[in-house]
Amino acid sequence: MNERELARAHGAVRGHAEAHGEAHVVPTSTYLKVGLVLAVITAVEFGVVYVPALKPVLIPLLLILSGAKFALVAGFFMHLKFDRWVLAGFFAAGLILALGTYLGLGAIFAHRGG
Amino acid sequence: MAEHHGSGAHALQGSARGPGAAHALAVGHPQGAGHHAHSEVGVTGVDNRKLGMWLFLASECMFFGAFIVAYIAYQGKSLSGPTPEELLNIPLTSLSTFVLLMSSLAMVLAVQAAQQDRQADARKWLLATALLGLGFLGFQAYEYTHFIHAGLTLSVNLFGTTFYTLTGLHGLHVTIGVGWLLALFLRSLKVGLGRAQALSLELAGLYWHFVDVVWIVIFTLVYLMSVLG
Repeated sequence: MNERELARAHGAVRGHAEAHGEAHVVPTSTYLKVGLVLAVITAVEFGVVYVPALKPVLIPLLLILSGAKFALVAGFFMHLKFDRWVLAGFFAAGLILALGTYLGLGAIFAHRGG
Repeated sequence: MAEHHGSGAHALQGSARGPGAAHALAVGHPQGAGHHAHSEVGVTGVDNRKLGMWLFLASECMFFGAFIVAYIAYQGKSLSGPTPEELLNIPLTSLSTFVLLMSSLAMVLAVQAAQQDRQADARKWLLATALLGLGFLGFQAYEYTHFIHAGLTLSVNLFGTTFYTLTGLHGLHVTIGVGWLLALFLRSLKVGLGRAQALSLELAGLYWHFVDVVWIVIFTLVYLMSVLG
């Protein structure tokens, strides 16, 4: 068995193991910490919208905060951080196409002066 | 993070040297794994059901992306009727967002408990997830009732159309998710909720977390940014 076949077989075993509930072990404390951080970020988001001084930077600030929440849920709760890259690739492809739709429609609306 | 491959990895170490081992492993039948359950692992090394779920979630990104874009494109273009600044209740929605985030935490704890064969814990966290999901739907029902009384209907203006379409479709996804979780819970009373059911629970979990990340985006773009007018 050459290295490529071995790697493929190992991948199959890993998938098989996952199919039988034998997945990466992430400590419960990690999930609880992520949950706590998500709650804190939500509280911060709620707070910053009522601070008049932050209005000029509110859009980038909120995008960063929600991006962090998105990354935490996708990375830890959806296991993208630990799972095979191909899964993150599929998800990223969907997000990129969604972003492309946004940019495309934005361009159309801008062109039409909408 | 520690990585654990379980009996499958040991099966590889023990059997990969023999003739035909690669084929046996690639089709998901590791020799000497100690059971005959069939897993559907393809060339990507990922179980086909999990791969299918991720492909579905990728298509859902585009689905929700289109409605989020429509909301943003028509923002501030309503000619009459209630506006987002007049209606949207940020404190209440922050609370419902917190509830949905905690449901995601409960879901991941349910999956972890099932993977470790702690069946009672898995059932407890699964039920907690479904109940928190129902709580979120309760907030949405309250919000819709309030908005309709305030004159915001689906057809009154562009805000009403895009808001109800986007949040309504998200609510529909949450409703389907709650139904799925409750079905898994009821099934677990009959067949258990241990290692053998962990993948089924993980697939439901992926869907549930996806619904959560979509709400993270909606909460920011629709609710929080409404303060900017």
